[in-house]
Amino acid sequence: MKKVYVKEEVCVGCRLCEVYCITSHSKYKDVLKAFKLETQRPTPRIVIEENKPVSFSLQCRHCNDAPCVKSCITGAMQKDPSTGVVICDTDKCVGCWTCVLVCEFGAIIRDVNNKVASKCDLCAEAGEPACVKNCPNEALVYSEGGISA
Amino acid sequence: MSLSYLTPEFKVLRDYDKCINCKVCMRQCSFEVHSYDEHLDKMISNDMNCVNCQRCVVLCPTQALTIIKHPQTFKEHANWTYDAIRDIYRQAETGGVLLSSMGNDRPYPVYWDKMVINASQVTNPSIDPLREPMELRVYIGRKPDKIEIDENLNVKTKMPPQLKLETPIMFSAMSYGSISYNAHAALARAAEELGILYNTGEGGLHKDFRKYGKNTIVQVASGRFGVDREYLNTAAAIEIKIGQGAKPGIGGHLPGEKVSEDISATRMIPAGSDAISPAPHHDIYSIEDLAQLIYSLKEATDYQKPVGVKIAAVNNVAAIASGIARAGADYIAIDGFRGGTGAAPKRIRDNVGIPIEFAIAAVDARLRSEGIRHTISLVAAGSIRNSADIVKAIALGADAVYIATAALIALGCHMCQKCHTGKCNWGIATQDPNLVKRLNPEIGYKRLVNLVQAWSHEIKEMLGGMGINDIESLKGNRLMLRGIGMTQKELDILGILAAGE
Amino acid sequence: MRIVIIGNSVAMVGAVEAIRKYDTSSEIVVISDETYHVYSRPLISYYLGNLVSENKMIYREKDFYRKNKVETIFGIKVVSIDERKKEVYLENGDSISFDKLLIATGGKPIIPPVEGLNKKNVHTFIKMDDAKKLKEAAKPGSKAVIVGGGLIGFKAAEGLHHLGVDVTIVELADRILSTILDTEGASLVSQSLQNDGIKIITGTTVDKIIGDEYVKGVLLKNGQELEADNLIIAIGVVPNVDVVKNTSISINRGILVDNTMKTSVEDVYAAGDVAEGYDMLVESNRVVPIWPNAYMQGEIAGLSMIGINKSFKGIFPMNSIGYKNTNMITAGITNPQQEEFEIISKIDHNRRSYKKFVVKENRLVGFILINDIDRAGLFTGFIKNETDITPFKKYLLNDDFGFIYLPKELRKAKMLDLEVVR
Repeated sequence: MKKVYVKEEVCVGCRLCEVYCITSHSKYKDVLKAFKLETQRPTPRIVIEENKPVSFSLQCRHCNDAPCVKSCITGAMQKDPSTGVVICDTDKCVGCWTCVLVCEFGAIIRDVNNKVASKCDLCAEAGEPACVKNCPNEALVYSEGGISA
Repeated sequence: MSLSYLTPEFKVLRDYDKCINCKVCMRQCSFEVHSYDEHLDKMISNDMNCVNCQRCVVLCPTQALTIIKHPQTFKEHANWTYDAIRDIYRQAETGGVLLSSMGNDRPYPVYWDKMVINASQVTNPSIDPLREPMELRVYIGRKPDKIEIDENLNVKTKMPPQLKLETPIMFSAMSYGSISYNAHAALARAAEELGILYNTGEGGLHKDFRKYGKNTIVQVASGRFGVDREYLNTAAAIEIKIGQGAKPGIGGHLPGEKVSEDISATRMIPAGSDAISPAPHHDIYSIEDLAQLIYSLKEATDYQKPVGVKIAAVNNVAAIASGIARAGADYIAIDGFRGGTGAAPKRIRDNVGIPIEFAIAAVDARLRSEGIRHTISLVAAGSIRNSADIVKAIALGADAVYIATAALIALGCHMCQKCHTGKCNWGIATQDPNLVKRLNPEIGYKRLVNLVQAWSHEIKEMLGGMGINDIESLKGNRLMLRGIGMTQKELDILGILAAGE
Repeated sequence: MRIVIIGNSVAMVGAVEAIRKYDTSSEIVVISDETYHVYSRPLISYYLGNLVSENKMIYREKDFYRKNKVETIFGIKVVSIDERKKEVYLENGDSISFDKLLIATGGKPIIPPVEGLNKKNVHTFIKMDDAKKLKEAAKPGSKAVIVGGGLIGFKAAEGLHHLGVDVTIVELADRILSTILDTEGASLVSQSLQNDGIKIITGTTVDKIIGDEYVKGVLLKNGQELEADNLIIAIGVVPNVDVVKNTSISINRGILVDNTMKTSVEDVYAAGDVAEGYDMLVESNRVVPIWPNAYMQGEIAGLSMIGINKSFKGIFPMNSIGYKNTNMITAGITNPQQEEFEIISKIDHNRRSYKKFVVKENRLVGFILINDIDRAGLFTGFIKNETDITPFKKYLLNDDFGFIYLPKELRKAKMLDLEVVR
């Protein structure tokens, strides 16, 4: 399945990926409205690491043998059998953070406002991950089998 | 600390209705103009640092930023202009030589814009480049006096080494040190894809780019950085740099702080030491010395590669060029006074040298009159801004052109003219790894390829319009040009007629 | 072939989902003495505290059994197993034969030998019915004493506090959560509870239960007497091995299994809280009654039963647990006494943050994170993969620790799905 891979050599640390991740999961899906209108700004679903000059964003790897799915105490974390995307059902999620405990990539973020897990869903609704589309330096690729693919 | 009398040159206008405090501008500005104030909960800008590179403007997700020339003016004065006054303030504060980057920005006349090109009308019909083949390929190098052909129509005469260019455009010399590794990567890769050449400049050839050797011209400049046998033999051609258009007569200086481990290895000098290119080559004090160096380089490379010489366009450029041709060079690159640079003293850049238009015309005419025009190729450099400039340059006598400033603009340069600070926000004129990453060679080389392909197509259109289908038929074809608004003397030197004649 | 599973919780789900990925024809029969659709046991404290409703307790969708072609026998206990005849016997006299058997009976509460256990409002807190009973009995303003300050007692305290009950925890060790936290960590966490009015008494346990028909209080071994409208026994769980009595299936504290979850008897497997499988950190078999481990063991058992051998290094303890805004994540060996372990730790009292890493021979073997729990999984990964942490050991305590501090090759391998480098 297609996943998001990062080319850390050309990530410029601008964090526009985070801006557009938030926008794509907001109510109005518009940058201005997401940041100025919505009082409860969505938590981003990607982790950004930075230690200059290296920086990159890290997304859920949608693992085949996802430990978060196996460890989730409520069954909220599930891998969609047809698309392969691992999604957290926030209605079921109780914010126990067991997924945070087991994710080897540390890719799950705690949405402390809503007390649920927040993670990359490959922008399932939009069809193309917003972070990939809006990276100004083409540091994120959406492909199958790695970067060179 | 005494007060500076300088006020900001630019003003940052931020539309707070659109600003979402995402801080991308703050993160991306190497001049530290933008910052987030927690107490006011808004972004604030320090106009004093802004150089108008527009990185923040382009990256802002809501287009909330505009940079304008600061509205603060002096009382109107045709002689003591804004710049003249401020230059004095600067020198009074620092006691230093004013440095600047990129090319001469003074309002001297631009002669390209005073020439117009012919087109066919009734007789000698125009050619449609989409339907007929057009030849843009040129060969740079010494041509023999005559050709002998055998019974099978093969050329018997031994040809001196030639550089094949698919289009008469090459990337001009920009050293690794003045521009970044990623910029070189983009230039090398674009040159390979386009079938043209790029020039390493005086900074040596990085080992990672050896694989592009057949698309590389290596420079032997007065500091001889990076010059060894492998350097010379990897390349397609060697260029002896006597001078450049932006700073004729003086050398170059890369400060020690910018000589990183990588640059040290490429230039073959100790890390952290200043890289000084002296004004003359200390082994070239006469034209005979130049001939000696040309032939030493040919010996070192078994006469397999063209050896060219690059000079700045100065007062007696025609005589100099004639001497260089007779000294055995295979091509001469002439760099006009609008040529760019990473850093040069402002006064030299703005006041020394002559326009390339006159230089090419003068050199071409002089070499023809001496019957030696065929012995050498001419490459014109120094602010070629578009395909029309190229057509005019070739019509004036050039075999091909070098572009540099245009190439950097294609890569993202916004002409803020602050290369000498090393803080280029576009990752071009910097060695700071945080900034160099911003130029993604994958994106960069495609932009360069796009630019050159677009220009080549436009050249074909203009050629076709003139009824010519081979660029060689345009070379030195002064009749294809007419002058507008020029004096008779200017027309004479350029060797063209006035519009209407 | 017919696969019989005794137990209707997470280990069963792990087994069923693993089996059905590859085998849609074998029969699967699940037998349980509970009547509920498979539910999440850890959620009972959330249910108790009104944070989750009963219908949100289910662990898999309503059509889970139908979709996976699982036949269910609920509300009936398995009383014995004949491992040679390959039959299980139910309390109603029925018997079911099996080709493969998975025992996933979980744990049962440890009951201390004290008088008065039969009084009304003396509770345990393991399953749904326990939670329902306690929720019914615990009125706002009433007093509750919880015997045991471990994981179960801790969560019961949280649930009861949400109901408005006055809670006292009595813990035998010198600190609460003694199996996962050290003194520093436990002290930080205790403060949160105490700030909310929850009382904690350590170093003692219950001696006698006082009251007539209903419990009225407890007498502690240290002489203290506490009032109690409800008494919750939460000392711990032991593997529920009753069902293998009188069989040749080897047990220690739990049912002993190898790395394929097979017991000492061919075709009989065990998984979850009842099993004693290989703990890769202490390098011996151990009962590790943790939800994620139960699923993983169930999965391995399921695959083994249908003949698929998936490599499995073993499990180790790991927990994510919290009380209101105090969250902690722990894993592995957290409080070693021996010299061979290196401790790297940092406490920040202003931010109420505690980080402790336990290192042995340059490999991470355990950690405690309190309040700074983001990205804890990175460390769990280092433990599981036995990563050599030498190149980045000095950055472990950094607030922004992440892959960025790993050597470039290792980081790229991990993030670009390449061959994982040790």
